[in-house]
This record gives sequence, C-alpha cells and structure tokens, in this order.
Amino acid sequence: MSEAHPELGFWRKYVFATDHKVIGIQYGISALVFLFIGFCLMMLMRWQLAYPGEAIPLIGGLLRESWVNQGAMLPNFYNQLGAMHGTIMVFMGIVPLAVGAFGNFVVPLQIGARDMAFPRLNMMSYQAFIIGGLVMLTSFLLPGGAASSGWTSYAPLAVIATTGQTFWLIGMIFLIASSLLGAINFIVTIVHLRAEGLTFFRLPFFVWSQLVTAFLLLLAFPALQAAAVFQLMDRLVGTSFFLPSGLVVGGEPLAAVGGGSPLLWQHLFWFLAHPEVYVLILPGMGIIAEVIANNTRKPLWGYRTMVYSLLFLGFMSFTVWAHHMFLTGMGTTMSTFFQATTMIISIPSVIILSCLLITLWGGSIRFSVPMLFALAFLPMFGIGGLTGLPLGLAVPDVYLHDSYYIIGHFHYIVAPGTIFALFAGIYHWYPKVTGRAMNVTLGKIHFWLSFLFMNGIFMPMLFEGMAGVSRRLFDPTIYAHGAAVHGLTVMTSWSAWCLALAQIPFVINFFWSMRKQERAEENPWQATTLEWATPTPPPHGNFPETPVVYCGPYEYSVPGAARDFSPQFVKQEV
Amino acid sequence: MNEPQYGWWLPPNVSVSGDEVDNLLNIIHWFMLVLFVGWSIFIVYCLVRFRQRPGHVAIYEPIKAAFSKWLEVGVGVAEVVVLIALAMPAWAAIKNINSQTPTDPLIVRVVAEQFKWLFHYPGRDGEFGRTGAEFFSDDNPAGLDPDDDVGVDDITVRGLHIPVGRPVIVRLNSKDVIHSFKIPVMRLTQDVVPGMEIAVWMQAKDTGKFQVGCAQLCGIGHYEMKADFVIESPKDFQKWLDEEHAYLGLDDE
Amino acid sequence: MSTLDLPYQVEPHPLTGVTSGKLGIWLFLASEVMLFGSLFSSYVLLRVGSPPEFWPLGIEAGLSVPIGTFNTLVLIGSSVTMVMSWASLKMGNLGAFRRYFGATIGLGGVFLLVKAFEYSTKFSHGIFPAVGWPELTDPSMFYGLYFTFTGLHALHVLLGILVNLWLLIWGAAMWETAPERFAGRIEIAGLYWHFVDLVWIFLFPVLYLL
Repeated sequence: MSEAHPELGFWRKYVFATDHKVIGIQYGISALVFLFIGFCLMMLMRWQLAYPGEAIPLIGGLLRESWVNQGAMLPNFYNQLGAMHGTIMVFMGIVPLAVGAFGNFVVPLQIGARDMAFPRLNMMSYQAFIIGGLVMLTSFLLPGGAASSGWTSYAPLAVIATTGQTFWLIGMIFLIASSLLGAINFIVTIVHLRAEGLTFFRLPFFVWSQLVTAFLLLLAFPALQAAAVFQLMDRLVGTSFFLPSGLVVGGEPLAAVGGGSPLLWQHLFWFLAHPEVYVLILPGMGIIAEVIANNTRKPLWGYRTMVYSLLFLGFMSFTVWAHHMFLTGMGTTMSTFFQATTMIISIPSVIILSCLLITLWGGSIRFSVPMLFALAFLPMFGIGGLTGLPLGLAVPDVYLHDSYYIIGHFHYIVAPGTIFALFAGIYHWYPKVTGRAMNVTLGKIHFWLSFLFMNGIFMPMLFEGMAGVSRRLFDPTIYAHGAAVHGLTVMTSWSAWCLALAQIPFVINFFWSMRKQERAEENPWQATTLEWATPTPPPHGNFPETPVVYCGPYEYSVPGAARDFSPQFVKQEV
Repeated sequence: MNEPQYGWWLPPNVSVSGDEVDNLLNIIHWFMLVLFVGWSIFIVYCLVRFRQRPGHVAIYEPIKAAFSKWLEVGVGVAEVVVLIALAMPAWAAIKNINSQTPTDPLIVRVVAEQFKWLFHYPGRDGEFGRTGAEFFSDDNPAGLDPDDDVGVDDITVRGLHIPVGRPVIVRLNSKDVIHSFKIPVMRLTQDVVPGMEIAVWMQAKDTGKFQVGCAQLCGIGHYEMKADFVIESPKDFQKWLDEEHAYLGLDDE
Repeated sequence: MSTLDLPYQVEPHPLTGVTSGKLGIWLFLASEVMLFGSLFSSYVLLRVGSPPEFWPLGIEAGLSVPIGTFNTLVLIGSSVTMVMSWASLKMGNLGAFRRYFGATIGLGGVFLLVKAFEYSTKFSHGIFPAVGWPELTDPSMFYGLYFTFTGLHALHVLLGILVNLWLLIWGAAMWETAPERFAGRIEIAGLYWHFVDLVWIFLFPVLYLL
C-alpha cells in the first residue's frame, strides 16, 4: 500500500467514501436536512395548536386528503407529525449530527489518528443510517400515513396502529444497527489509535464525551432492538408480547393470544431511551468544553473532575430509566428507588456545569460566535436541568407527568442546550472543514434571534404545564385550563415560526462563506488541540507527519510562554 | 358552585392532599429561581470582568477560591434537603395513603376506552356485578355479566360524580390501550394500563364542576377524551344517585 | 487503496493486548449480550407475570428434547472444529484449516436444517407463533417466545455461515499476502461463532427443559 493516494472517482470519494472526514460531512448534511424536516413538521403542529381548526395557510390545500379537511389539520395527521417530529429530531437529527458528524470528523483529528479504526464499517454505519432515515420518511406516503403513536411507541396502541408503525420499527432497526457499528468504531479508534504521548488524561474533553456516548449507544440500544423485534412479531406474526388478555378495541374483541405485558415495552424502551438522553447531551457538553476553554484562553477548571463525572454519569444513566414510569402503577418501592437514583445522577451533571461556569472566572473571554452559543448553552442547560428536579421527584411528577412542563424541560436540554452546542460546533470547526471562517455579523444575528425565540418557544410551555395542560393534545382548548393559557400557546407558535426565519442568516452564511469568505488561517482560533495540527482542509490520511503529543489539551495562557496558547503537538521549552 | 378560575400557574386545588403538592411545587420553583438568578449574576459578572481587552491576561493556575467550593457544596446540600426534607415525607404520606384503607370510602370503577371514560358505581347493594371482556357491547359498556344479579343495580355513567369530604377509591381499568386518568384540580394523574387494575385514592375538600382528561396518547380522539367531574355536597350526591337508580328502574320495566 | 494502512491490525495494542479487530468483536459481543440479555429478561418478566398453568414445559408443549440435544451437540462440535481450524492456520497448515473450517460451516448447516425440520413439524401441527398452546384454550406466550428466540438465533447462525463461507472461498486469498492478518480474521470469526454457540446453550434448557 503506497503512501501516495491516487485521486478517487466521484463515487468512491463522495458516495461510498471510507474517509472519516467525508463520512462526517455526509452525516452532517443529512442530519441538518433531517433536522430541518423535523422542524417543519413541528411548525405545522404549532399552527393547529395556535389556531385550532383553521385552514393551514399557503400549504393547507396541497396536503393529502387524509391529512386535512378543507385545509384544516385532522387529528390523525397531528399524531403522525408529533410521533415523527420526535423520532426525526432524536434519532435522525441530533444524534447523527452530534456523534456521526462531529464525532467522525473531529475525533480522529483530535487524537492524531489517520482515520477511524474500521473505515469500511464506518461507511456501512452511514449507509444503514440513511436507509433507516429514508424508510422513516417514506412511511408518510403509506395509505395510513406515518407512525402516530408518539416517538415512544407505547404498546398496545402502537401494536394496533397502521402500517406506518411497521415502517417505524424497521427504520429503527436500521438506525440502531448504524449506531451500534458506529459505537464500536469510536471506542476502538479512541482506545487504539491515539497519537504517541496522548494519554487518556490528555484527551480533549470532547473525545471523552464521545467515548462515553459510544459506550451508552453500544449497551443501551440492544434493548430497543429486542423491543422492536418483539413489537414487529406482535404486529406482523400475531404474537402478544405486549398485549394482555381480553382487549376490546372499538367494541370488538381483539384477536390475539393475550397474556403479554404493556409495561414490558416501556421497560425495554426506557432502558434505551434514558441513556439516549445522555447520548443527546454529552457530545454537546464536549463541544461546549472545547469552545469555552478556547475562548476563555485558560485551562478547563477541574478537567479530571469533569471526566470522572462523565464516567459516573454514563454508568448511572443505566439505573434511572423507570423514572419515566412513575405513573404506570409499578409500585411505590420501585418509584422510591428510581427517585433516589435520579437525584444521584443529577450530581455529576451539576458538577460538569459548575466546572464550566467556574472556568469563566479569571479568563480572558473572547466573544466569538461559537462562544456566544456556548455561553447561552450554560443557562439554557441550567433551566433544563433545574426543571428536571420536580419531574424527578415522584410527588410533583404525579402532577406534572405528561404535561407541557416535561416538553419544556427536555426541549430546554436538547434545543437551546444541545442544538446551541451543535451550532457552536459548526461555527467552531467550519474553518477546519472548509478552510474558510463563517461571517461574524451574520453569525451574531443568527445567535441573538435564535436565543430570543428559543426562549419564546419553551418558557411558555413550562407555564402551560404548571397550569395542567397535557402534552400530545390536538386541541388543548377543549379543556377549561387549556383555554386559559391559549395566549401562551399562540406566543409559542409565533416564536417557533420566527425561529425558522432566524435560521435564514445561518443558511446564507453556511453556503456563502464556503465560496466567498476569505481563507482562514491554519489555526484561526489559536487552539491547542491536535485537529489544528494538520493542513486545512486535512488531506486523506490526515497528518502528513505523525504527530506527537507533549502536554494536556488546554494549555492556554501558560505563564512564561511566548503566546497565550501552547498546542499539544508542540514541545515546550521550559 | 363558583366558576373555577384558571390562569398561568397552578389551577385551583380541591383536593385534601393537594396543598402538600402545591407547597412542594412552589418551594422547588423558588429554589430553582434563586439558583438560576445566582448563576446568571455569576455569568454576567464574569463576562464583564474577564472580557478580553488589551493588557488583560487569563489566569493559568486553577482558582482555589473558597467561594466556588461553597457554591458546589451549597447546591449539593440544597438537593439533599429537597430530597430528604421535602420529597420523602410527601412521598411517604402518599404511599401511606395508598396502602391505608380509608374509612367508609366510595368505590368507583373506571373503564377507559378509546376515547371515552365510563364510571361504574356499585349501586345500592354496594357491590360491583361481575364483569368480563366477553360481555362488552354498545348497550353494556362496562362489560357486566347479564346473568349476575349483583350487577343489576349497578350504575354506569359518562361523568364522574363524587361527594365532597368523603374518601373515594377509583379503580382504573382499560379496555384497549394505555390511558391516563388526570384531574388537574385534584393534583392527580394515574396511568390506566390494560390488563391490570390500578386503584388510586382521593378526597375532595370543595364542591365544583371540573373535568377529567386523558394524559396519555391513546389514538386519534385522545384530545377529546374527557369527562365531567362533579364534586357535590353529600346531599346532592345522594340525590344524583337516586335519580340514576330511578332511571335504571324505568329501564327494567 | 482507498483505505489506509492503520496500526494494530496485526500486532496487539500495548494497552488492551489485542488487535483492533479483536477489540471490535468483543465490543460487538458485549452489545449482543445486551440484546440477548434483554430477551431473557423479557422472558423472565413475561413468565413470572403469567399463571404457571399457562406456561407449559418444553416437552409438554411438544418440543423434542432428543432433537434439541442433537442440535446442541452439533453446535458444540462446530465450535471444536472452529478452534481446530484456527490452530491449523497458526501452525501454517492451510489444507487442514480448509477441512476444519469447512466442517464448521457444514455443522452450522446441519443445525439450520434440523431447526427447519423442527419448525416445519410445528407448522404442520398447526402451531404458529400466534397461537397459544393447542392443548389449552387459555393464552400462552410460550410459542411466541420459542419462535422469536430460536428465529433470532438462527439468523445469527446464518450470518456466521455466510461470513465463514466468504472467508473460506474468497477471504483465504489473504493467506498469501498477510497470513497473520488472515489468522486474526479467523479468530474473530471464531469468537463470534462461539458466542452464537453459547447463546444456544442458554436457549436450549430455557425453552426445552424449564
């Protein structure tokens, strides 16, 4: 095998690529498209919520007859939108962007590797992901439409649902396979392919977050795979793993063997889905740690504590799943146990957040666009974490469960939390990927508008939840307490639409900067980690010379050093 | 009966045990607010004091200020306090309530189906008739065994009526999928899982006319799966029961 | 070549003591343990949740213990030949490797044939995953679980056979260029095969005997 790589044809280079950077970009673009689709579904739902029963403007007439009645949305369509919004955002948007795109592109560069450990496996994970994603989207074209039983697909409702649910399960099996292959690849890459001198405690926090995330994916996803197989059997072959005896649906006894347990699905699902919550947030935290260290020009405060917290968090995330099930009648002893583990798991999260906050102290804070997003992440993630408190305690949860409060809670974590982190990552690593920096003015406009409207969307939800409004209602004004907060609903909807407009500067910036913006320097952020040791954009094989690491990841403002950053790959004269 | 007032915070509470829940919710939210404002002040202060400017350099050595340690210890202690001092007693109280058999309770059987609630009262004999999945029909939504004499005087209605002040045990059943029995004014939510009967306990302290809703996605009509919830004085409740019995009597003839 | 020459494909990594491929397969097996662990936990939960009289013993339900035992022996035998094939390769005997490895594939095929025979007997007696235990009118999930578990296991066996066939027919060309790396691949295929074998050793008593 020669070192000089001949130019590959279009198909090998861009479609069946094995280069981690190309796969990272493939993941990134697909995930951004899926995020946009998921966002559009949500904007449709917001119309129905703000103006129940009124025709959807502009596109109402274009939608399928089974979805709308004279342009006004039907409840069945609303349920499809709700289920698919959640599924797309979680499994096809955020995880592929955070893990597939940033993980793939940045991790091998940050550890000084020439590629992922199994490049062809990497290609296969992307292909499985895109097949799964397409199966999910295709389900909208089915006669009965897409899955409509919520992203949680609780049995028995999902078992008796239309064919869309079968597509959902099959799509899910592909997405799970993709994540499993990816997780194996990440772990082996991080453990085996670190550059010389790059010990575990010299790893950037982002790499640590990806390592823990990979373990969560590897060990949690098989539970959902088992559950998906069971549900497919229930739907297609006629078993009744999730169907108890004596069900009567629509006045007719259900032809099923019976004897199954609806709660089994919930146990298997949440055994996956709670670690999944940490899969959604940990890579985001990793990005934020990179951006904050870089823009405060000082080492992360309590780096080791953060790493230990991360490991503990990963471990504990397997022990809290049933706090999603306080109301299922599973017994008070179980609830007490899961309430205690839930309180324990909040401690490492608080530690990581505190470490990031304290890092600001004594820094020399540079208000770059990625830093703005990172700074906004801190309080937004704080709100998300704090609102988890009443939900984690069984007594208040009895009131708040399945209300808008929980929608507000987890969106504060993943939307102005993780998505802001992902934006920070895009602005931070864009120069590495394209060789050009993004426009700062457009970036700042994008940030301030997004910050404003994100809160405009999710803050009202917390109040609606306190007022007792349940989630997943096609028309909450049917209830007296729902009608009372209708003003908040309208505000949320308008904020959501404005948030869409606020993304226009980002889209312009994204494409315009690729061509027109001036070329960035090799290390535009004056960063210390290894990804800036290669030419930009990095060639196939990444590093012309094998890098050697001499120090920790965040050696900023070292006293006595010539510059305020001392890269890992440069030997220091001390 | 006054019109209940709903706003942007907790709805009115008519449950005997609801004040405890409300207090806990309010205390936790004050705690959250204080913590959040504290964080925000810290962030803004840092951003101003440590902004990048000529002549300003970052401190390399990790700060060892006692302040930050206090902060973390404080947060930790506060969490423990919330958990132990507030949540556990409240949880224990609810746990005890559920395990106790209240004196002279009214027992109501609830049958949830897509997308209706059915309330089943035992009738004058105080006993429920035998029910089974095979008996369900449009005329017999509760699935009562027609051959069972005990069930003849059972009342099945679409609205929940309870007397004020008397403990009520609600036995929740579902015919088809998972529903969730939610009464915001009683601070009560409980999933209704097919294949199992779950009992919850409640006691009203005020009269009024409210709504029961479904809080777990159960299909197309999930949003309109609601029922009236009427809390009456014992006298009015008895009168309502008598009327329902009279209606049954007419039916028999 | 579009793929790069990455380190630790042949020589073990000093920290983990294994090659990248081997670490990868161990991680994959860890996730498989979680998959079958979830299945077995579900089995326990469903069985505990249903009345004992609705849950027949395997024999009562018409499963043949002799056939199951035979299949267990077939799989154990195939694991033995798998080890022998790898050992032959390590000793540089490609011919012996081909014989033993071929035997492993053949035994895997025998296992699937016997399984297919068991399935077809069940189907001809009108036993499908969807029906309960025919002796009882009451619900039982025994056959649902039986078909799901053995079906998933058979898929794993089939996947193993396909990969092994590829290694035997096309993959063996690597023996000429990179013998150590090829031996590593056979070892990885062997680890997977032993795992599938092990799953059956759990499945057999759970379904046939308990």
